[in-house]
Amino acid sequence: MPINYDDNTYEVLRDRERCINCRVCERQCANLVHKYSAELSRMTADCMSCVDCQRCVSLCPTRALKIIKNPNVYRENANWNSAAIKSIYKQAGSGGVLLSSMGTPEPYPVYWDKILINASQVTNPSIDPLREPMETRVSLGHISQDIERDASGRLVNTVKQTLSLDVPIMFSAMSYGSISYNAHKSLAKAAEKLGIYYNTGEGGLHKDFYGYGKNTIVQVASGRFGVFKDYLDAGAAIEIKMGQGAKPGIGGHLPGEKIVEDVSKTRMIPMGTDAISPAPHHDIYSIEDLRQLVFSLKEATNYLKPVIVKIAAVHNVAAIASGIARSGADIIAIDGFRGGTGAAPTRIRDNVGIPIELALAEVDERLRREGIRNDVSLVVGGSIRNSADIVKAVALGADAVYIATGALLALGCHLCRSCHLGKCNWGIATQNPELVKRLNPEVGSERLVNLITAWKHEIEEMMGGMGINSIEALKGNRLMLRGVGLSQKELDILGIKHAGE
Amino acid sequence: MQKEGQMREGQVRIPSGCAISGVINRDGRRVDGGAIAKSIAVMHDRSNGLGGGFAGYGIYPEYKDFYAFHIFYTNPTKKSDCEKFLEEHFEIINLSKIPTRKHPKITNEPLIWRYFVMPLPTKLSDSQLDGDEYTLRCVFKINTSFDGVYVFSSGKNMGVFKAVGYPEDVAEFYRLDGYSGYSWVAHGRYPTNTPGWWGGAHPFAVLDFSVVHNGEISSYDANRRFIEMFGYKCTLQTDTEVITYIWDYLVRRKKLTLNETAEVIAAPFWEKIKTMNESDRERLTYLRTVYSSLLITGPFSIIVGFEGGLLALNDRLKLRSMVVGEKNDTVYIASEESAIREIEPSLDRVWAPSGGEAVLVKLYEK
Ligand code: SF4
Ligand code: SF4
Repeated sequence: MPINYDDNTYEVLRDRERCINCRVCERQCANLVHKYSAELSRMTADCMSCVDCQRCVSLCPTRALKIIKNPNVYRENANWNSAAIKSIYKQAGSGGVLLSSMGTPEPYPVYWDKILINASQVTNPSIDPLREPMETRVSLGHISQDIERDASGRLVNTVKQTLSLDVPIMFSAMSYGSISYNAHKSLAKAAEKLGIYYNTGEGGLHKDFYGYGKNTIVQVASGRFGVFKDYLDAGAAIEIKMGQGAKPGIGGHLPGEKIVEDVSKTRMIPMGTDAISPAPHHDIYSIEDLRQLVFSLKEATNYLKPVIVKIAAVHNVAAIASGIARSGADIIAIDGFRGGTGAAPTRIRDNVGIPIELALAEVDERLRREGIRNDVSLVVGGSIRNSADIVKAVALGADAVYIATGALLALGCHLCRSCHLGKCNWGIATQNPELVKRLNPEVGSERLVNLITAWKHEIEEMMGGMGINSIEALKGNRLMLRGVGLSQKELDILGIKHAGE
Repeated sequence: MQKEGQMREGQVRIPSGCAISGVINRDGRRVDGGAIAKSIAVMHDRSNGLGGGFAGYGIYPEYKDFYAFHIFYTNPTKKSDCEKFLEEHFEIINLSKIPTRKHPKITNEPLIWRYFVMPLPTKLSDSQLDGDEYTLRCVFKINTSFDGVYVFSSGKNMGVFKAVGYPEDVAEFYRLDGYSGYSWVAHGRYPTNTPGWWGGAHPFAVLDFSVVHNGEISSYDANRRFIEMFGYKCTLQTDTEVITYIWDYLVRRKKLTLNETAEVIAAPFWEKIKTMNESDRERLTYLRTVYSSLLITGPFSIIVGFEGGLLALNDRLKLRSMVVGEKNDTVYIASEESAIREIEPSLDRVWAPSGGEAVLVKLYEK
């Protein structure tokens, strides 16, 4: 047997006193870590394949299990830390690109955590959301400032292609294929109940979900999987995916084993073939080409639906956004580099792109300076973790946010970052029917509804504290924010003052 | 928000406790500025002597077709530069020092001049703008590029008079009993930081819109960053300034009616809109969607003066007091009823408009 240079990252600790050999863990772990040994009459574990998904821990009836970091140490080295060493072992063994999933775990600055929110004292009353109405409704789309009147002088409603959200939160793109049927169903049901939208991602729309169309954003990505007339007509808006925060500049790859029968039908590709989305859209090599695609999609849907263009936050994001705002797009979605993914090359995920906070601040300011901020709405995503992040995003200038990782966490995801292995023990990032059925869409959608409802309450509390009773008055209201521990340059880019100023 | 007051040290921010008052004779009868001064003086405790001012409408009938510029020269050496600029862009019909009276409580006064002007026809046609827009741009230009020069009034047949001091002293200083107008508005300020600058007093005016405001709006930066997209520069960083620009933008540039404008800035809640009849619901949904960034939240009561009328408006929760009274052809608006009773003890009617309910009073049609 060849030497295994790598060691296991996690250890399974089993309390022998508590373990009753019920073998639940064995049945729950798709990574085949646990095994009952008849010889020893007890459970054993092969820790090498444990990804720390916590499934066995959560389901063990006697709480006998714990997953801990393997205390084994490589000789300490600040430069060549154990992760760096292990990557080399892995690649020297496989000869392949390192793959990862979910957002980067590297300790980059999280600007949300360095921004503080204001509240009223004395000169301006705070507003109690339990007593007074608090409005969180927003409309997204191209909203012309020009007034038209009919012959009798009445205002003509020229605002047609907009999305209306009861809370400025949407579930961002996750394709059927990368996540399961039940995960999609949970998102769709929750979006309908909440009066918001979920996003099909690039994998087409399963025929069962056409009924949720008015709460669905259908995505058109470079692979064009599952795109046809009915699909475009089904959604409330169409999103052109130009990029993704976790892997700017590259396409996608869904391995053949995830292309099971239903996924193959939905994507309109043969079963078992890899679904590869090219890095660029091969019909978009410049901004004029984007404009053409925007208008062909509008034409195809009779100008009834807003078109979203989604890009990854990269260095010159402001200039790119300004171009998109003039391309006929109604909404720009920007995905920050901490955003999640079902699979991405590790080096790209961990090294390419910029934080969403800075991208948002730059784009909003740039569009305002050019006087075109109202030609488009801005939706931001890429690691929005809680309601305070949302308040900060809106105050920096976002119209709404996209959440994905947060939504999956609500469904039970434990961020083991192994989605690309297709063996998600929580029934989310898998197509294995045994695993998929672990996620009950009724329960899942209820948990999503709970999460967004809770966040809505918190947003209202924070707004009330600032004396603001409509989210519109928070949008771009940067005076309500202060930075802590940020350099002058960072403050300038964010367009906020330092705390104490 | 007190932090922000400090943050903008040297600039002006109006926290709570201001007083506002307004009066209009709907029959167009002109009265001198004495009554309005008496009215605002009653609310002495709502100001702290750091700013008072008035706007009168119908006060320059003999020059009613010309823009009346009132200018502070805190740096008198810049006067000739400014006048050169004026000559290059306008025909100056008349110019003079604005008459003032020495007053023990009003000190450090700048030079205060008045110019009646008309855009130079060639310059105007070259600019492809209308007279109002042309004039406004020139005013912005002066205010941002000549240090120590500040145009604080630029409308036709109206004028703003303001200073650092209590409003009643400001009225005496400017000899307001010598002007007669069909409508007047007044303001007494209570800023928590020391502005010490005359331009920071209120009313704030662009062209013939003048605004007096009591309150502190929480939507300030959202409103500011939106309106600045359209060529306005909020140099004073005050609520009143941004409200005035919003008013100018919606009414003069977007041609919304005054009531529609009030519906934008103090929009009814969605809950309420849902229950309205179809045509109201459509209009309000449209206005809230298109001008969502011009919704003003937080406490305010404002009186907007314009040619031919006054409009009074409270924030949608009515977080600031405001009372309206009526006697024959005259309508009074003030922060406190006492300020109205002081000048008209026997009113036909007196009421407190509810939050977001605009009170629009216009001269009778002739
Ligand atoms: S992979 Fe998950 S279920 Fe399997 S042992 Fe590790 S934590 Fe438990
Ligand atoms: S979705 Fe599943 S596989 Fe992916 S991180 Fe979450 S728990 Fe792990």
